Amino acid sequence: MTERPNSFALDNRAELHGADTYTRVFAINKRTRTLILLAFFCFLIAAVMIAGFVMDPQAYGPNYDLKRQMPSLNHLFGTDYLGRDMLARTIKGLSLSMTIGLVASLVSAGIAVVLGIASATLGGITDRFVNWAVDLAMGIPHLVLMILISFMMGRGLTGVVVAVAITHWPSLTRVIRAEVLQLRGEPYVKVAQALGHGSLWIGARHILPHVLPQFLVGLILLFPHAILHEAALTFLGFGLPFDQPAIGSILSEAMKHLSTGMWWLAFFPGLSLLIVVLLFKALGENLALLTNPHSFHT
Amino acid sequence: MHVSRWISSSISAATYILGTTARLLSLLLAVSILSFCLVSAAPFDPVTAFIGPEAVISPEQKAAIAAHWGLYDPPPLRYVAWLNNVLHGDMGISLIYRQPVTEILLERALASLALMGLAWALSGILGFVMGVVCGVFKGSVFDKITKTCALALSVAPTFWLALLALMVFSVFLQWFPMGMAVPAGKLAGDVTLADRLWHLILPALVLSVSGVANVTLHTREKMVTALASNYANFARARSESRWQLVRRHGLRNVALPALTLQFASFAELFGGSVLAEQVFSYPGLGSAVTAAGLRGDIPLLLGIALVSALFVFSGNVIANVLYGLIDPRIRESAKPFRPKQKKLPDTSSTSPLPNTPDTSSSPVSLPSPLPPVIALKPTGYHRRPGGCSHD
Repeated sequence: MTERPNSFALDNRAELHGADTYTRVFAINKRTRTLILLAFFCFLIAAVMIAGFVMDPQAYGPNYDLKRQMPSLNHLFGTDYLGRDMLARTIKGLSLSMTIGLVASLVSAGIAVVLGIASATLGGITDRFVNWAVDLAMGIPHLVLMILISFMMGRGLTGVVVAVAITHWPSLTRVIRAEVLQLRGEPYVKVAQALGHGSLWIGARHILPHVLPQFLVGLILLFPHAILHEAALTFLGFGLPFDQPAIGSILSEAMKHLSTGMWWLAFFPGLSLLIVVLLFKALGENLALLTNPHSFHT
Repeated sequence: MHVSRWISSSISAATYILGTTARLLSLLLAVSILSFCLVSAAPFDPVTAFIGPEAVISPEQKAAIAAHWGLYDPPPLRYVAWLNNVLHGDMGISLIYRQPVTEILLERALASLALMGLAWALSGILGFVMGVVCGVFKGSVFDKITKTCALALSVAPTFWLALLALMVFSVFLQWFPMGMAVPAGKLAGDVTLADRLWHLILPALVLSVSGVANVTLHTREKMVTALASNYANFARARSESRWQLVRRHGLRNVALPALTLQFASFAELFGGSVLAEQVFSYPGLGSAVTAAGLRGDIPLLLGIALVSALFVFSGNVIANVLYGLIDPRIRESAKPFRPKQKKLPDTSSTSPLPNTPDTSSSPVSLPSPLPPVIALKPTGYHRRPGGCSHD
């Protein structure tokens, strides 16, 4: 960590004191609390995903008796102009978005690991090329790049999945490259080299265990970006057809009925998307805290 | 002494600018090749996009048009022809607007720049002020509320915010018009500046939200770090007042990274404007790229890809140059081809800053929603990767 611990700062002392009393009251430490929080977030996300998959298509189909209902206890998110329950549509859409997000972050994280490690270990022209490619991918606005890729794939679901999957690697590549470069300079790696261990052995024993947490955290933090970008592409009309409930298409449909004053069509689905994104962010940040014990002591 | 230093620093500035320009050109060329490959591989027939799906013409006529456009030539040949035309100022004719692409780009870039410029200025000023206040009064109610809101808003989808804003301010309150850049049904000659501004405010506000949130969070973080540093503690021990502390040791250290971040955020800004323009039906580059992508307008798509890349690159270059120009520490240490050095030259006697906090981001930092500035970091200042960190 580059920040020097500063025991003289008054703020820090006050904070420590606060944490202390808090811990005494609940009698569990911060690590356990973080773990419980993590488990809760995972449970929530898994619940939405599974609910979306096993949902009866009838649940989000049209019901012409219940058109344009305000949000009520029966229909928490209200119904639209075809009498479709917005809660069911939102859950279905979220689970679809999360699936796309999962695929996309796995692919992007895979690319990032390969490029980052290759760039840091091979050095020279590979390193320069990878850096240049990262600059290139970051030089075009992300959304424009995704529109181009989805255009190349002929739009539709595959277009969106491919576009989101192969454009999220640059930032993680930089992180992994920096991490590997730093590890290579560590004394224990130097010692291992001096002892005559091969680069594969060093990679497996010393580099990988240190990169893995970074990789996992990076993978989870790619999720929110991937989900938001999927929703954005779908919203613009590059993604799924309108009968498929996805958050993007729900919102883009809501846009057409904006002047009718049915505020719940846009408000709740977007809010759920925001909550899911925030959940994933919290998940990643908490995991980062767990994998980096030093962060608890600063 | 001073003259030689001035000469060497201007030489270093010249090499720096030349190097940056070369890098910029190579990246632009790569962008053009990449986007050309992508749109060429697309399964859309430009001839159909041009004549429209309803028009009935014979396959022979279609083939004749395709041959006239050179669609049967191999792609590298087509690319060279296109690039040659672009360099001569001809980007082709838009298939959906039936106008030269350069004309459309010029007209829409102006509209987009007005929108993005206003949002950019708003997010910079508002975000900085709020970040400084939050950082100085860390832990206060204002800080807590602002921080929570900023954390949520920094990831809120722009198109959703735009929908909500339209619904609240245009449909229910009717304070602002329902999108577009000028009043509907008014002659182009009668449109006043006030009309345009009135149509601009809501989209710009929406577009600036995520920027405000990000700048606030970033500035707050830097301010907290600066005020908890050893030099700030020492200043406190010298019984400097809070305002003196902030002005002398806080603002100077916080302003520079905020400014750099602000210029490096052009890509985000452009992406946001695509979404905001779609919701507000604002006739800028963003809505043009959506229309071009959806309706298969290849020349326009290519043109916008190039322009947007140029926009982002120029933001990055400005960020890098500003970094060198404004920061006295980097001005002092930016000598050309200086060999590897572990520590900064000790120029603290002339430096207005009492200390030099590490402004480099930690190498283990998590991916942020903002893209980092393209390379070419000032030498001798940032932590050099590969170096042993335990010094």
